[in-house]
Amino acid sequence: MTDQSRYDRPDFEARMATASFDVAATPHITVDADACQGCTTRACVTVCPAGLFVELSAGGVLFNYEQCFECGSCYLACNEEGAITWRYPEGGKGVVVRRG
Amino acid sequence: MTDFDVVVVGAGPAGSVAALELARMGFSVCLLERGPFPGSKNVYGGVVYPRVLDGILPGWWDRAPIQRFVTRRATMIMTPTQAVTVDVRAQSWGSPPYNGITAYRAEFDRWLADEAAAAGATLVASTTATGLLTESGRVVGVRTDRPDGELTCGLVVACDGVNSFLAREAGLYPEFSRRHMTLGVKEVHRLAKEEIDARFNLVGREGCDIEMLGATGQITGGGFLYTNLDTVALGVVLKLDDLAASGRRPEDVLADLSAHPSIAPLVRGAELVEYAAHLIPEGGYDAMPTLGSPGIVVAGDAASLTLAAGVWLEGVNFAMASGQAAANAARLAHRSSDGLAGTHDHYRPLLEGSFVLQDHKRLRRAPDVVFSNFVQHVQPGLVCDVAEDFFTVVNPARKPGLARTVRRAMRRRGVRVRDAVRSALATARLFR
Repeated sequence: MTDQSRYDRPDFEARMATASFDVAATPHITVDADACQGCTTRACVTVCPAGLFVELSAGGVLFNYEQCFECGSCYLACNEEGAITWRYPEGGKGVVVRRG
Repeated sequence: MTDFDVVVVGAGPAGSVAALELARMGFSVCLLERGPFPGSKNVYGGVVYPRVLDGILPGWWDRAPIQRFVTRRATMIMTPTQAVTVDVRAQSWGSPPYNGITAYRAEFDRWLADEAAAAGATLVASTTATGLLTESGRVVGVRTDRPDGELTCGLVVACDGVNSFLAREAGLYPEFSRRHMTLGVKEVHRLAKEEIDARFNLVGREGCDIEMLGATGQITGGGFLYTNLDTVALGVVLKLDDLAASGRRPEDVLADLSAHPSIAPLVRGAELVEYAAHLIPEGGYDAMPTLGSPGIVVAGDAASLTLAAGVWLEGVNFAMASGQAAANAARLAHRSSDGLAGTHDHYRPLLEGSFVLQDHKRLRRAPDVVFSNFVQHVQPGLVCDVAEDFFTVVNPARKPGLARTVRRAMRRRGVRVRDAVRSALATARLFR
């Protein structure tokens, strides 16, 4: 695999810009900052396909819920019991997939 | 008096078929969908195998929103610089009753839900079921996020997807674990239809589906690529715990695949028009929940009914068949003294009598084999090396025999004979 063959890879922002979201007023993800402090794996940062979780240098993670694909990977991959609370967004809101 | 005989939660293939069949039987049915329209939350890996539809919606191919009819199915085993492909073309798959179709789920699922509505089901979109209503251990309805949104019913059919909050709330999942989950990420690329036809050797509405092994580096999983009319979808499916441990980002794994010499020319110059992701319940038979309890049954992804067994990668058909079984079970229960609340007693036997649980039971060891280290990380290199060596012309040196070629490739890849034999036997046992 050569770098030359990676001619037209979109960057991450361009990639996310292809997905549609009707953002709900209230978050459907909540994170228990205390539980995250002791976490060493940061599984959510790795697996979230939308890249919603960002590792903070001071410990813990920063997250946003707006561009969520609603897959559920974050709370399932999370090692700390109950650190991530995840539910479906309110009806009619969230991701809209047109070519899924 | 209840609001409806049955509330079906989730207007995917399982829920819409359940609602369609229940409405035809004369039950009053509410079909809830949390998205703004059915299909708006759904992502899949490429092919609907439609045999189940023949009995439910005869002549479906004239009415369903279909992209292409698959006439080419290929399995590609690869390393970063090699690929060996088994490429099956069958022109008979290009005419009725068709073997597999590609579709956009936003169109296909909406069509199926509209069929349910046309049969009399009440389709309510933009409504999330937030919990179950119970009465002395029996499910008697759902709570929704609409104002005054409690719906009472004789039966809840939970088709609320891979994360099924309802099945879990009902206590039907003894273990709901990431170990059984894979994450699929998919790119849809726009390309002129003529260009797709030329690149994939297709004519008219013919379609192609390619599945890949060895495409995900050190992460257990696979790749897929399939054609729509004027888009090509490329994706990877990654075992969630493996991905988490790898520290690699899913889009980077997909980037490696799309740069592979066998894949890059197929998507070259195409414009990315949609990126999406979804979880897949790939644990098979042993990861399934209890399929129901008084007042509730579970179908489709919510019941982990996706089949991931090597060359067989199916889900939509299992979802539709389980939705149909849920409706038939409701009819049987309604006629008995238990009423609709006893549907679960009839549901599992019906699934056991159909391909849904028969295939899953027969292939229950498939996840162990397909996700094994040997099949995932040893076999692809071995197969590719043997094929490459066998097809490499070495004269004037003497041609080595096949046995020697295999022995040499095994030595080079550090493969032990007993591991190869054990894996071959496990695979043979699985598919016998």
